[in-house]
Amino acid sequence: MSSIIDVKNLTRRFGEFTAVDNLSFSVEKGEIFAFLGPNGAGKTTTIKMLTTLLKPTSGEIRLDGHDPIHEQNEVRKSFGIIFQDPSLDDELTAYENMEFHGVLYGVEKTVRRARIEEFLKVVELWDRKNDLVKHFSGGMKRRLEIARGLLHHPKILFLDEPTIGLDPQTRNHIWSYVQALNKKEGITVFLTTHYMEEADRMADRVAVIDHGKLIAIGTSAEFKEKTKTSTLEDAFIALTGNTIRAEEVNAQDAMRMHRRAWGGRS
Amino acid sequence: MNVIYILWLRQLKRYTRSKARMIGSLGQPLLFLLALGFGFGPIYEQAGGGDYFQFIAPGIISMGILFTAVFSGIEMIWDRQFGFLKETLVAAVSRTQIMFGRTLGGATVAFIQGLAVLVLAVLFGFRPQSLALLPVAFAAMFLTALLFTAFGTAIASRMEDMQAFPLIMNFVMMPLFFLSGSLFPLQGLPAVMTDIAAINPLSYGVDALRATLVNGSYFGLGIDFLVLSIMTACMIVLGSRLFSKIQL
Repeated sequence: MSSIIDVKNLTRRFGEFTAVDNLSFSVEKGEIFAFLGPNGAGKTTTIKMLTTLLKPTSGEIRLDGHDPIHEQNEVRKSFGIIFQDPSLDDELTAYENMEFHGVLYGVEKTVRRARIEEFLKVVELWDRKNDLVKHFSGGMKRRLEIARGLLHHPKILFLDEPTIGLDPQTRNHIWSYVQALNKKEGITVFLTTHYMEEADRMADRVAVIDHGKLIAIGTSAEFKEKTKTSTLEDAFIALTGNTIRAEEVNAQDAMRMHRRAWGGRS
Repeated sequence: MNVIYILWLRQLKRYTRSKARMIGSLGQPLLFLLALGFGFGPIYEQAGGGDYFQFIAPGIISMGILFTAVFSGIEMIWDRQFGFLKETLVAAVSRTQIMFGRTLGGATVAFIQGLAVLVLAVLFGFRPQSLALLPVAFAAMFLTALLFTAFGTAIASRMEDMQAFPLIMNFVMMPLFFLSGSLFPLQGLPAVMTDIAAINPLSYGVDALRATLVNGSYFGLGIDFLVLSIMTACMIVLGSRLFSKIQL
């Protein structure tokens, strides 16, 4: 297996603040890769740089062999993205949103029509295809965005907290579909989520970042073993809540550390 | 080509689906047309100016175009806030094409708005001097629409939210409108006023319309089209450069 995403010494500053700090990692072709971290850790900033929306302060990125700064078009063809916050046109219908995306990505007409039908049926929105998106519920919009992100058959799919605010049914639905897609089409999946059990279940490998720095990378099992915890959530808290922020101990961290020392769960 | 078409189509669909906006944006031009047109008519005629309603109608048509065009361009800020801009910015097409497509769409909307004002003016008694010159008038209207939509897009590329909109309204759009000769003849004004009008691109749109619809040009129709074309080209180039630089 070879890597499809390569990140070397990636840094992004906003004025004095360093959002992403000397980050290096790679993602293998065909794997499901979870990119985890507390709020404000730099996940979305990293995704923005990977997807050509933001220029890095320094460092190198390769996506499918291309550089997002100088070869934007090649890079943009290689990925699909489901953003953290909505990115549909509410004034258009579900079908029109799909059509717009297909044309924008140069998907040829007959293929486009066929895929729109296929994907809208997969996310169970075919019956509602002519409804304006503004009448959709949050879950329906999310499903539509996922269908749209897949329309041009990307090699890499970025999912930035795709299941935030969704009910368990919809979440399950979405993940099982992403998993099937990964198996069947070999699409590389790069996801972020705050639901640790989702990352645990889905991801081949997990990376944890905090304060813009990479803290740990490996399989979920390795994490649990290393931190001597039984769930990824505990491992995550052990990694981000204690070990790293120990240098700026606040009351809450101190309490967690104390409890851990006595063998309790935090 | 397809990309430009789909972006154009999107602007048009959004416009035709919002009936309130279509009708709402006709209110202001209609008010200006009737209140000023009929209000100042008698004085203007006594002063030997002729029919003020005939004179002001091209000015008000230009105003309708100006406001709708700038607003269509600035509307991009909503796309930024509602997230749709991201979808277009990660697409594998050049940003110049994206900017051009949506500008063309916005300009078409502004042009239609200008046509609607023209029809309203005709309903209240405005008579274009010659039907043969109407296509030339339409060309001037479309150029004006394109120029100011690109201008709006350029502004929106540098704005994060709508906070600065009142600023643009009061310090850019209103002066553009009031200092363009849309409401009064430029002949015989203090030099300061004519100088300002001469550097205001809208003046040339108004003048071209007046030349074609009522026969009364200040700069000359050739100059009008020359200035409009050059300004439009410059604004599209500037707009697409600023648009290409957007980072989220």
